[in-house]
Amino acid sequence: MAMLNQILNNPDVVIVLVGALVSVASSLLGCFLILRKASMLSDAISHAILLGIVLTFLLTQNQNTPLFVLGAALTGLLTVILTESLAQSGRVKYDAAIGIVYPFFFALAVLLINLFARNVHLDTDAVLLGEIGFSWLDTTSLGALEVPTSLLKMSFVTLLNLAFILLFYKELKLSTFDRALSAALGFSPFILHYALLSLLSLTSVVAFDAVGAVLLVAFVIIPPSAAYLMTDSLWRMLVIAGVVGVGSSLLGYLSALALDVSIGGMMALWTAFFLALAFLFSPRYGLISRYYQGLREKERNAKRMLLVHLFNHENDPESHQENAVSALKHHLRWDKAHIRNLIMQGLDEGLIHKNPNDQLFLTPKGRLLAQEVLAPWEYSAKL
Amino acid sequence: MGDIVAFLSDFTIRNVLLGAALLGISSGVLGSFAVLRQQSLLGDTLSHAALPGVCLAFMVTGSRQLFSTMLGALIAGSLAALIISVLTWRSRLKQDAAQGIVLSSFFALGIVLLTAISKQNNASQAGLKHFLFGQAAAILPEDVMLMTLLTALALLIVYIFWRAFKLISFDRAFAASLGLPLNSLEMLLSGLIALAIVIGLQLVGVVLMAAMIIAPASAARQWVRRLEPMILLASLFGMLSGILGALLSSLGKGLATGPLIVLVASFFVLISLMFAPERGILWARLKQLQEQRNLREKQVLYDLYQLSLNHDDPSYPSELGMLRSYYGFNVKNALKGLLAKDWVRPEKHMPEEGLHYVLSERGYQEAKRFADSFADGFMVDERLV
Amino acid sequence: MLDSRRAHEPKLALHVEDLTVSYGSKPVLWDIDLNVPPGVLAAIVGPNGAGKSTLIKTILGLIKPAAGHVYIHGKPYQKQRHLVGYVPQRSSVDWDFPTTVLDVVTMGLYGRLGWLRREGHREKQKAPKCPSPSGHGSFSHRQISQLSGGQQQRVFLARALVQDAEVYFMDEPMAGVDATTERAIIGLLKELRALGKTVIVVHHDLQTVRQYFDWMLLLNVRAIAQGKVSEIYTAENLRKAYGGQIALLQHADIPKTETLLAPGVDSHAMQKN
Repeated sequence: MAMLNQILNNPDVVIVLVGALVSVASSLLGCFLILRKASMLSDAISHAILLGIVLTFLLTQNQNTPLFVLGAALTGLLTVILTESLAQSGRVKYDAAIGIVYPFFFALAVLLINLFARNVHLDTDAVLLGEIGFSWLDTTSLGALEVPTSLLKMSFVTLLNLAFILLFYKELKLSTFDRALSAALGFSPFILHYALLSLLSLTSVVAFDAVGAVLLVAFVIIPPSAAYLMTDSLWRMLVIAGVVGVGSSLLGYLSALALDVSIGGMMALWTAFFLALAFLFSPRYGLISRYYQGLREKERNAKRMLLVHLFNHENDPESHQENAVSALKHHLRWDKAHIRNLIMQGLDEGLIHKNPNDQLFLTPKGRLLAQEVLAPWEYSAKL
Repeated sequence: MGDIVAFLSDFTIRNVLLGAALLGISSGVLGSFAVLRQQSLLGDTLSHAALPGVCLAFMVTGSRQLFSTMLGALIAGSLAALIISVLTWRSRLKQDAAQGIVLSSFFALGIVLLTAISKQNNASQAGLKHFLFGQAAAILPEDVMLMTLLTALALLIVYIFWRAFKLISFDRAFAASLGLPLNSLEMLLSGLIALAIVIGLQLVGVVLMAAMIIAPASAARQWVRRLEPMILLASLFGMLSGILGALLSSLGKGLATGPLIVLVASFFVLISLMFAPERGILWARLKQLQEQRNLREKQVLYDLYQLSLNHDDPSYPSELGMLRSYYGFNVKNALKGLLAKDWVRPEKHMPEEGLHYVLSERGYQEAKRFADSFADGFMVDERLV
Repeated sequence: MLDSRRAHEPKLALHVEDLTVSYGSKPVLWDIDLNVPPGVLAAIVGPNGAGKSTLIKTILGLIKPAAGHVYIHGKPYQKQRHLVGYVPQRSSVDWDFPTTVLDVVTMGLYGRLGWLRREGHREKQKAPKCPSPSGHGSFSHRQISQLSGGQQQRVFLARALVQDAEVYFMDEPMAGVDATTERAIIGLLKELRALGKTVIVVHHDLQTVRQYFDWMLLLNVRAIAQGKVSEIYTAENLRKAYGGQIALLQHADIPKTETLLAPGVDSHAMQKN
């Protein structure tokens, strides 16, 4: 017990743990958010909940009330409702609606802080930066254990998000990929949508102290995006996003210590680094593998194109002109070397043959391949 | 009066007002394109993304001179726009995710740089944080000069490329068929939006500059039918927001300029959404009520006509109570409207039974015309027989 | 390389050679040869996903082909843009854009005016005087968001007419419009043909092809058949184009329907004849 206490009161451990929990809790929800193409709602919510926090503070004059959570979550939900009804009114588009509602809430909050809440714990720097470095300071007693409060709160939120996703995994998946079908089957996509966004508001307000409004967006969007570039399966995406988040917290903390800079900022930058890695090197969707895949496809398509071209002109009266090697470069607009290469390949694979006048003909195998390309619904069975 | 003259001739105030006006004009014009092209959140992203540029400019030059700050922010903003394009073209990530990624990672870099700078213990680093929420009082005459030049540059480019910008915003396919280089033009527009953001940095700050791209243009959209007046009105709204916000912030100590300017701009959006003719919510509601009333009047008129037909009496009197219980709604308003048009007249037919209504000659003709217009489609309403 | 100064197939309004287009790894058009003579009203017909819109967009340079080239009246497309008019799909634009009917129609002049300068008064006055398909002058100051679907389509057509082109490309101009508008549009297209223009239309409705058009291309990833409608519109060709979706054809009034629906269709019909 004493040892556990010691671990839980080691600032290094607590900071990394809080960071890891923030990123896991956020990216669990973020995965669904980016699949629903609503990422920027997290930007809106994380800014707007500041108004809820300020208003709760002004109403209760208490910096330590659990009502913060309620006030902030309600403001987050209000932001989403206002944004969506504004967009539904048809007067402004969805993107503009987001960009109208949240800056208004945020500006109001900053103004209220300036006017009434100066010199309290709510200063505007903390709003944007967060103070994860101090997350070990406040503790709560749990029996013999002294647990840092932020760690306790983040654990609770992470478990809540996890429970929500495990419990409604099927429904969330269905309503994300096929909203209409899910509604027809009786799962209300509307309620799920708002439940998801309420949890996001809740996560935002609890994580707010640690990482601030803008960095939270990084934890919600970047690890899921990196995961999305790595896999097609939803549950793998959730796991990869979590791993990226935890890894970024650890590396972020270590590098922030080494460089003596913002811890939250470094954690967010590490998520961006992992995203860059996935963007470049993902086996299936990475830039590099897609480049080589594209080259291979292009080569393959070029060969098929040659066959199809020969096939289409086989019975033309002027086929002896069209299908001469020398005419190909005019018609297909390819350079000589490329065409020679392709013809060599075609000859090697027994798809075409060439007569002494340099005219090209399809072999039966080549003709079948061309037909398969043109009408796969009739020929695929024969190959 | 003398106070106002003294106030306006105050050196700082004049700079602030000029700066605010310039900010409003540039963001109104370019924001209109962003909003219409459904790229509103590009403004959001680019303004947050300007922060590392601001910090780097400070680290390189060691001063908070506006020119280097703006240059840094412009470079960071353009780079951010480029990365968004690369992410959406070259990967399966969608626009919203790409924007969120760039917004938050650039901002994170900015915060890391801010903390790194604050370790340097340089006297002028303290003011750097003002770029988060804007600080009107810090604006200098040479800053206003610079903002003027940049605004003029932005407006000139928009003027030169006017047709092209209008066309790619409305109909990309048609624009491409005319041979317009879509990608270059779109990158140019993104760069100009970054420029508009840079112009507003000093006054509004990076966090809230997005609102200045979106709000004035969205407000202006409600009042107009064409792009040209929209752009003029958006600049006007932007200018007024800037000026009023800056004036308000000069009233109290510690009131950051950015939030006040944004609140004024939001106010313009609210007013426009409610009261703009045709598109305003209030107008739509009024129109809806008007249509409902017309419909009810027509209905009552038609039913009175059917009653008179069924009773073979052009001036058949119908009793108010009967009409009231027949319709679910308050028939009195409809009758009032018909009375005002002189299509019915009241009649004390049988006083013991209350007020009766009779079609007037004009009302009868009107009802007949109305009934004949769909004569084939309708039978005599059996409920009234 | 082909000498680009020498006219290539100058007798044809549109000459497309060996056009191949692929989206990523998936080819959508294979080796299309297309020859449209001038002065015809031509339909591009084929099942969903046959690449009809893609073909038009590639011809107009909106999509970069993997191979092939396009000639308009004997010269490469890039040099003949001024001869080409385009009507995109109606759904491709935001009809809530703040602009009026007159504004949209004026855009038809941009190609000729260059897109860097502002329109002068002369051009502005020219716009409403151009042949109008539907008397759009009466609502030229109306905002486009207030138009019905049919009216929107007429505005797009008016813009194309203002382009004063020789060859028109239209992407489903009759999709989702009412019967009156459809009649008006087809009347207009026939007027254009009477003026000697060539009109090439992506058309989705097999049933009206024979009634409206005199030339057609049957497309399904490749060019199945092209030529006069009277020669091309046969059960044999349609079956080749529509392949597995043959049930759809029951509704179209096709000659030799009995052979079409007979069981055990000849599986070698795909081969070149």
